[in-house]
Amino acid sequence: MNLLMALPILVPFLTAGIGLLTRRHLAMQRRISFVGAAFLLYSSVLLLKEILASGIQVLQLGSWPAPYGITFVADILSGTMVVITGLIGLASVTYSLQTIDRERQAFGYYPVTLLLLFGINGAFLTGDIFNLYVWFEVLLISSFVLLSMGRSRSQIAGTVPYVVMNLLGSMLFLIAVGLLYGNTGSLNFAHLSLKLSDPVLAAVAQPISLLLLGAFGLKAAIFPLFFWLPASYPAPPVAVSALFAGLLTKVGVYALIRTFTLLFPLPLGEPNQLLISISGLTMITGVLGAVAQNEFRRVLSFHIVSQIGYMTMGLALNTRLGIAASFFYIVHHIIVKTNLFFVSGVVQLSGGSFRLQQLGGTYRLSPFLSLLFLVSAFSLAGLPPLSGFWGKFLLAQAGLESGQFPIVVISLVVGLLTTFSMTKIWNEVFWKNAPNSARINPLNRTQQLYLLLPITVLALITVVIGLFTDPFSSIALRAADELIGKQAYVKLVLQNTGGANP
Amino acid sequence: MEAFLALIIGSLFAIGLYLVLQEHLVKLIFGISILSNATNLLIFASGRMTRGTPPLIPQDAANLTTSFANPLPEALILTAIVISFGLLAFLVALTYRTHRDLKSLNPDVITNESENESVL
Repeated sequence: MNLLMALPILVPFLTAGIGLLTRRHLAMQRRISFVGAAFLLYSSVLLLKEILASGIQVLQLGSWPAPYGITFVADILSGTMVVITGLIGLASVTYSLQTIDRERQAFGYYPVTLLLLFGINGAFLTGDIFNLYVWFEVLLISSFVLLSMGRSRSQIAGTVPYVVMNLLGSMLFLIAVGLLYGNTGSLNFAHLSLKLSDPVLAAVAQPISLLLLGAFGLKAAIFPLFFWLPASYPAPPVAVSALFAGLLTKVGVYALIRTFTLLFPLPLGEPNQLLISISGLTMITGVLGAVAQNEFRRVLSFHIVSQIGYMTMGLALNTRLGIAASFFYIVHHIIVKTNLFFVSGVVQLSGGSFRLQQLGGTYRLSPFLSLLFLVSAFSLAGLPPLSGFWGKFLLAQAGLESGQFPIVVISLVVGLLTTFSMTKIWNEVFWKNAPNSARINPLNRTQQLYLLLPITVLALITVVIGLFTDPFSSIALRAADELIGKQAYVKLVLQNTGGANP
Repeated sequence: MEAFLALIIGSLFAIGLYLVLQEHLVKLIFGISILSNATNLLIFASGRMTRGTPPLIPQDAANLTTSFANPLPEALILTAIVISFGLLAFLVALTYRTHRDLKSLNPDVITNESENESVL
């Protein structure tokens, strides 16, 4: 049994369990959660190293051969997503140590956070579509609890659309799973991929793929299914918003990539016109929605929507470079977006508000924080030499190569509008003088350490990816090769099964 | 039998969808629970309808030779029922708190409320 593959799932689960047992000793629970998150990051880095060294890893839980057993598969895409989950999880737990109140801790904030990471990693690593549904539910129920934990009215108001939309999305997903099983008799990704390549099933494959597009698109917040996101993400504490902003919608994007490369691939090079239109509309509506906002986290939330368009754009182009660009963009986006939410939290702590009008003078108060904000904001907008520039560069190159000029133009204009939006935040929050009503409340030394450390590390990562792009883009290309050459994936999963008849 | 079941599933989806579109959170809960039952029936139908053929291997045979009732969809449905039950319980509790804190169960009112500033 491949223990290394089970660790990113077991570690958060066991840590959450120990956390629940020690819920009367909050100080100990905090320490255990931190150590658990750190170990999660460590074990996922080991897993990614193993994948890069010796190829796709497969784990058949319970020793039943595929397609009958419980299959976990880790290719470069899954492995990288698991590493990023570990990184963001650790950053968020570190940030929480100073920002989460005792009441939430007593309600089990840390164990639920770890259960969320458990669900996310499960979704990234599973090789079975029904298990993917179950993992989705694990991460959903944890996110429901994290979102609604607390007393404020806006939190309840933000949770309702989130819960309802996600329940409907899960239902669409389940319908698609039922139809897939009814038509193919299998639920294992590799086995499904084999069966769906049969032209007899082409007629049923299309409606099922559209159902899955709806289900995952809803979770990824693509146009026109995104309105729940800006309503709910600004509601919980910043550590939770940042974790959600980085990881949750990206699970949807990951599932889209998996479905449209493995189960329902178009011939390589033939762009998916529907998904291209959706990507363009997602970019535009997201960025225009952000222009109208005057609250720090609401601006950022609308930008999440807009950025999702970039990730689906590469997938929609359906070329090697396009898929690699999507992969690169997801990694870049998770790091930068989480970091911007962290910055908004520090600004709120020292300035007393999320409203842009009521903030100001942050540059004078803390030039270092302002620098960290600028790095992440420029990276989000795509200015060289930061990671966002290379993400957009690869996407534009892929778009031009396949002759999709309108979407390239849209992506560049939206990048410009993103800069405008970030400049607005910079002017209002950092540059202008603090309004008279502002309650300035500088951070103390412990707060500085716990809050600024994760922000600095994440900002450094985006700079490093920007300056030394080659190793990262070559990993992205390798990931794209694996996704395109799906025969290797299928063969590895189904080996030793002796024909695998249903 | 299959046509009858298809008709039932279709009507359940229609009823559930109608209820989900109402401007009332409690109706939405009923809608979601009807929709999830329709989904479960759909999975059940996807396993094909067979009568009186349990998936049991006769004592003198090595494997199943005749057609048999597929037990896998039942396992899927069981999982789905458990999950949707948990989620529904959460939604009911959330609806109660919405009613208590926001004094409204109209989705429009609730969405407007979420645009007010969040306090930490």
